[in-house]
Amino acid sequence: MRSDVSLYDLSAPPSLDAALAILAKEPGKYTPIAGGTELMVALGVGRLVQHSLISIQHLRELRFIRVDDKAIHIGAGTTFTDIRRSQAIAEDLPLLIQSASWTGSIANQNRGTLGGNICNASPAADTPPALLAYGATVRLISASGTRTMPYSDFHLGYKKTVLRPDELLHSISVPRDFSDYRQYIRKVGTRNAQSISKIALAAIAKLEGDTIADIRLGAASLTDRPVRCSATEAALQRQRIDGANLDATVRAARAALATEAKPIDDIRSTAKYRAAVAANLLEEFLRSL
Amino acid sequence: MNTPIQFTVNGNRQSVDVPPMKRLLDVLREDLHLTGTKEGCGEGECGACAVLLNGELVNSCLVPALQAHGSRLCTIEGVSTEGQLHPIQQCFLERGGAQCGICTPGMILATHHLLDKYPNPTLEQIQEGLAGNLCRCTGYMRIFESVQQAANTISP
Repeated sequence: MRSDVSLYDLSAPPSLDAALAILAKEPGKYTPIAGGTELMVALGVGRLVQHSLISIQHLRELRFIRVDDKAIHIGAGTTFTDIRRSQAIAEDLPLLIQSASWTGSIANQNRGTLGGNICNASPAADTPPALLAYGATVRLISASGTRTMPYSDFHLGYKKTVLRPDELLHSISVPRDFSDYRQYIRKVGTRNAQSISKIALAAIAKLEGDTIADIRLGAASLTDRPVRCSATEAALQRQRIDGANLDATVRAARAALATEAKPIDDIRSTAKYRAAVAANLLEEFLRSL
Repeated sequence: MNTPIQFTVNGNRQSVDVPPMKRLLDVLREDLHLTGTKEGCGEGECGACAVLLNGELVNSCLVPALQAHGSRLCTIEGVSTEGQLHPIQQCFLERGGAQCGICTPGMILATHHLLDKYPNPTLEQIQEGLAGNLCRCTGYMRIFESVQQAANTISP
């Protein structure tokens, strides 16, 4: 049933500082809303439990793409369309461009934000696998200061994050030195356009001859949260991918992934299918190296 | 509690006093009686409620009224000028790109947005540009042809 919108309160603080002051004054009372592509869906079907919201959609302080020697820094309020229009991201972080392009439709990409995609904390979210594979860091901000951490530490469980009630995600910083890495991303959904992932895998790897010198894997819908596949990465370090060794390396990779894959059965797919396809995607990547 | 909200719709200044979380879709239809904008799914999946907000295509069912404050909106009612159909509308009419009509306002605005970005779009760009607009009548081919003809008409 439709929500009674007169029971909901929304204000638009004039600045980031003003928004943080409101969050600090009564922690937990207010829910931030940016592009609305998640919370407005809940409102439409009468399932938005938070009744006091503050809009952060208009805050210029959260909408930027800055490039320095080491990293690309992306404000949490940056839309998927902003990301797709960035020449710097296109050149250095192709997996992020690809995942932004398959997030919803054009209309949703014009509104939805990278910060919202992360903080909504769906295990099936589109951009986290690429951000995890690239080893991104996140910067959180509150009235009492900022803290940064590896993005791989941000998600604590299903829809649970380290974000405190008085904090906002400020920005995501992604290293940009991947020119000597092979890069791969694939999403498996029901259809090409605006589907929610059954499973998705982002992978980057650096080779020294026939040996894997570095490999990083990020996955969606493989566990209860977006996850970096550390055990599989460890199993693949220094493994050889030449013709004589490739099959053994693939077998070891599939076995390692099976130890950390904890998918679920739901309306979109089954745990068995998800685990099998995740391993297939990993094998596809390894055989493409 | 209601909040005063001002914006420009199809070139006209408008003021409404509505709950700030009221969906822009409902403000357009109920408060401004601009019923050309349709509701399909109400979840941002079907594009029937698409409008242009500061020139960007958005689903108006997912925009809280307050976030439209101060903006410039274009709905299907603002696409034609002085009683003349816009070339996009004319091409949808001629090529059979519209049947029951529920998806058509959103299709027209999505096409408008697409042709602003890509005056001569490839079929792939048309497919991506309209991927968020669902039609249950035409099977899309006539819609793609309508868009192609509109592009040829506007930017020959």
